[in-house]
Amino acid sequence: MNADVISMYKNKAKKAAGNGKPGRIDIQGVSIVFGSGADENVAVKETSLTINPGEFVCILGPSGCGKSTLLNSVAGYVTPSSGQVLVDDELITIPGPDRGMVFQQYSLFPWKTVVENIGFGPKLAGCSKDECSSIANTFLAMIGLSKIADSFPGELSGGMQQRVGIARALANYPRVLLMDEPFGALDAQTRIMMQESLLNIWSEFGITVLFVTHDVDEAIFLADRVLVMSASPGSVIADLKVDLERPRKPEMATSDGFVELKKQCLGHIRAESLKAFEQVGA
Amino acid sequence: MSLTVVGNSIDGQASGVQQDAAADPALAKGAKPETKQATLKPVPSLIAALSATQLQSVLIGALSLVIGIVIWHLATKYNFNYFINFENVPSPVKVGGAFIVHLGDPEFYIHIAVSIRRILIAYSIAVVLGVITGVIVGRSKMARAAVLPYIEIVRPIPAVAWIPLAILMWPTEESSIVYITFLGALFPIILNTLHGVDQTPDVLIRAARSLGASKFAVFYHVVLPAALPSIAAGLAIGMGISWFSLLAGEIISGQYGIGYFTWNAYSLINYPDIVVGMLIIGGLGTLSTYLVKLMMKPALRWKDKQR
Repeated sequence: MNADVISMYKNKAKKAAGNGKPGRIDIQGVSIVFGSGADENVAVKETSLTINPGEFVCILGPSGCGKSTLLNSVAGYVTPSSGQVLVDDELITIPGPDRGMVFQQYSLFPWKTVVENIGFGPKLAGCSKDECSSIANTFLAMIGLSKIADSFPGELSGGMQQRVGIARALANYPRVLLMDEPFGALDAQTRIMMQESLLNIWSEFGITVLFVTHDVDEAIFLADRVLVMSASPGSVIADLKVDLERPRKPEMATSDGFVELKKQCLGHIRAESLKAFEQVGA
Repeated sequence: MSLTVVGNSIDGQASGVQQDAAADPALAKGAKPETKQATLKPVPSLIAALSATQLQSVLIGALSLVIGIVIWHLATKYNFNYFINFENVPSPVKVGGAFIVHLGDPEFYIHIAVSIRRILIAYSIAVVLGVITGVIVGRSKMARAAVLPYIEIVRPIPAVAWIPLAILMWPTEESSIVYITFLGALFPIILNTLHGVDQTPDVLIRAARSLGASKFAVFYHVVLPAALPSIAAGLAIGMGISWFSLLAGEIISGQYGIGYFTWNAYSLINYPDIVVGMLIIGGLGTLSTYLVKLMMKPALRWKDKQR
């Protein structure tokens, strides 16, 4: 991987956080409520948690449990109804380039080439045309896709598009990387490749990652910590530390530690599902 | 300044039309032998540029036109009269003869040039106002609520129905004709732009915002390009309809314009000229729509590359 990019990232990140290690996320008593009256829907209820700089944290939960909503509040797309979200002690109110975002849907701009997509953040930040394309090309080399620099997103496979999406988010040298089920639409093989590739990027950059998924194996494979969320109202019901050694290997999925964690996660999820099931039944 | 520009492009287009019309019959007649050559001998570059399937569809199109002309010819030759009456319809030979006579008549080109100038003025204003209105209405709920009722009510009114009011409202004949032409082009452009803006995927807007895009940057870098395919469709449809409306408008005019030419031929019971006028309108409408599509093509290059 390109050492220049990484040292540049670390320098910028340090400056942004006043020379400390950047990327600390504080979610303080956050509730997010949609609608009102009879239609009121509490998507997230009084959730507080801290994610340390450089940590890889997965939020795990069934669909509709509010995990994406919680992520969106860190991204700045959703304003909490009460409580607040801080990144490096700055109150989050709107989306910004300091928080890189990777979506589940393909979100590259189809009318921009790959280089233009990655260079778009730097361009908005006021870089010259040459700077933008040189930053973009460096990141493109980092994800091993230099060959497709001048392709349009429509010409690429889903996995390639998501890799470009990650490079685009990183090209802004963000403090945290927020990922909303980014590999959800990929096939199983591509998915495993993408997970390993993401872990490589993460370990080189040391960037804080908040990763939303409904896949138990994915959460355990990637994370330092797995936060299990329950539905209606959405809240974190378990905070599990993943003590598996790094670098993680796909074979670990059958190790005792992995299986034990998986049991715990499934246990929490199952208890919640049963509760929801009984509630509906009654 | 704008006048000279308009004048120039009229000249350019008029001569283009002349060439086109002159080349057409030759192409239709010579089409068959040329393909035989194409497979055997070194081919002309134009034909070489076409793929086999493209060449095939061009040939089928040309053949279909020839068959149509032959049927037209037979119907007029034998005075076909069974529910539809061809007795007074001029034959293709008569129409062709009238057309060739007009090619030597400077006034004929003035008719065409005046019409093209009206189209250019009316269409340009419609493009600017239509795209701006469409984008604003698409992005602002208030603007949408305020403007949509007007669009809904005014849009279905046909150009012909505007003639009396246009004459009363506008100071000159020319401006009322341009106004009617403009209205024809305006609505498809507004509605297609609006549709395109509405269709902008939300995730792209969110992605742009997280990359640091301001409201204006989101608009310029995301909403506008996302709407472009739909805007381009609106521009092409608008061009077609503006010809449509121009003809209605030119019934007002007492002197020039291809619509006036056609209407006047009817008044003078000069049947071949009616058909000449109709075919010129059809040809110019097709050509201008094609030019609009051609101009939009580079901006839509990314669309062709989707898998």
